[in-house]
Amino acid sequence: MDYGTFQGILTIIVMVTFIGIFYWAYSKHSKSKFDEAANLIFADDDKPTTSQDSGEQK
Amino acid sequence: MMNHSQSTGADYNYTVVRQFALTTVLWGIVGMAVGVLIAAQLIWPQLNFETPWLTYSRLRPLHTNAVIFAFGTSALFATSYYVVQRTCQTRLFAPKIAAFTFWGWQAIILSAAISLPLGITSGKEYAELEWPIDIAITIVWVCYAIVFFGTIIKRTTSHIYVANWFFGAFIITVAVLHIVNSMAVPVSLTKSYSIYSGAVDAMVQWWYGHNAVGFLLTAGFLGMMYYFVPKQAGRPVYSYRLSIVHFWALIALYIWAGPHHLHYTALPDWTQSLGMVMSLILFAPSWGGMINGIMTLSGAWHKLRTDPVLRFLVVSLSFYGMSTFEGPMMAIKTVNALSHYTDWTVGHVHSGALGWVAMVSIGSLYHLIPVLFGHGRMYSTNLVNVHFWLATIGTVLYIVSMWISGVMQGLMWRAVNSDGTLTYSFVESLEASYPFYFVRFIGGVFFLTGMFIMAYNVIRTVKAPKDTLPALAEAKA
Repeated sequence: MDYGTFQGILTIIVMVTFIGIFYWAYSKHSKSKFDEAANLIFADDDKPTTSQDSGEQK
Repeated sequence: MMNHSQSTGADYNYTVVRQFALTTVLWGIVGMAVGVLIAAQLIWPQLNFETPWLTYSRLRPLHTNAVIFAFGTSALFATSYYVVQRTCQTRLFAPKIAAFTFWGWQAIILSAAISLPLGITSGKEYAELEWPIDIAITIVWVCYAIVFFGTIIKRTTSHIYVANWFFGAFIITVAVLHIVNSMAVPVSLTKSYSIYSGAVDAMVQWWYGHNAVGFLLTAGFLGMMYYFVPKQAGRPVYSYRLSIVHFWALIALYIWAGPHHLHYTALPDWTQSLGMVMSLILFAPSWGGMINGIMTLSGAWHKLRTDPVLRFLVVSLSFYGMSTFEGPMMAIKTVNALSHYTDWTVGHVHSGALGWVAMVSIGSLYHLIPVLFGHGRMYSTNLVNVHFWLATIGTVLYIVSMWISGVMQGLMWRAVNSDGTLTYSFVESLEASYPFYFVRFIGGVFFLTGMFIMAYNVIRTVKAPKDTLPALAEAKA
């Protein structure tokens, strides 16, 4: 296999991978999981993080 | 200063986050002050006071290293350590190693601040530090990766939030870039020579240089964006699906764009064209990410009226969009023939550095500082607003003056008379640039003044007694 063929195959692999990622990200199957993930940043608000910390400031 | 590693339960390790957050402000002031000084030296050359270690050639790398690796990277350390804990809902892995990354990084910053004015340099842009410091950087960086990925591994959530993907890509790629580009043969403690030579050396350097932009100054700060924009806006990111495609497209493309720094040089023509095409395609994921960030505010635009922190974050995304449109355009070889080596490049860099990197960091810090020190808000929201306008006006003055100066220089340098001789000498183009250098200096002073106001606001917030700074009702809505 010469270098040009190798590059061509590599390009196709990368392209197929990208389309695969795109398809996976936008498939119905993943929707609820991603909605949940997007809300991860609000999931930790109830933890008593700051109250304990502030007592130990210099 | 603050020993917090022994607390129990779900409590987060904020000690190292606090340390990095506060040093971000300090190094921001130092790095930008040096920038203002060298901007002034371009107008008034006497300002080097005939002192070798105050000359432009030595202070310029000090400025770039200070703002990128001291200010910007401290902001990345602070926010990545914070975000990874909050979104993985677990404490930081290996708190002692995390503490080492703080003190180790500060030691590296200090050694840079001493060695660069002394003229100790390997001569590679954004990688000027000599080999002993390069080794120290590698050690601290590997420790950073251990702490960050260790925290991801011990997470209690099943999903790894998208911000962590960006931070993770930034940490891994910067390690690879730094190690490959810093390969050198030492001849003494303070001098080494790159193991690469000729066009290969140039290509390795700009593969490193552009990906320092792509992964440190873009991917890392996008990680910041994906946490702090939705958090401050109080709503989840516009499209989580788009954020996944954004991530993979961005990291797959950025790595190829380096050759656009070497148009019309000894680099093979096909490599230049490849770099140009990849830079053009890069526009798509860049804008995908920007739109994802800005559209997070859809339905909550009114918050921009009352929340200057959110304004910082959203305007930073606007500047990001602007500079990631400008970048691909400047990578086109015919445009580059005009723009290269002119002030246009300097303007482009600062539209990204001031408008995007600094403003998204400042916005994130204004969100972070009250949380870290147990308050509901910053000491003064009005001062945040004043800072916002100083930063915005400063950035606009800077980039507009450099656009005009750069295009003017490019046109003057290429102008030829009918007999084929050059119309203008180089010194004539330099003289024509003076007024724009002055406007740039004023823009820098505006931006630096904003940083001093931020420092005052941060100190007052840190020192404020408990429960004296409750969250604003509007911010909670």
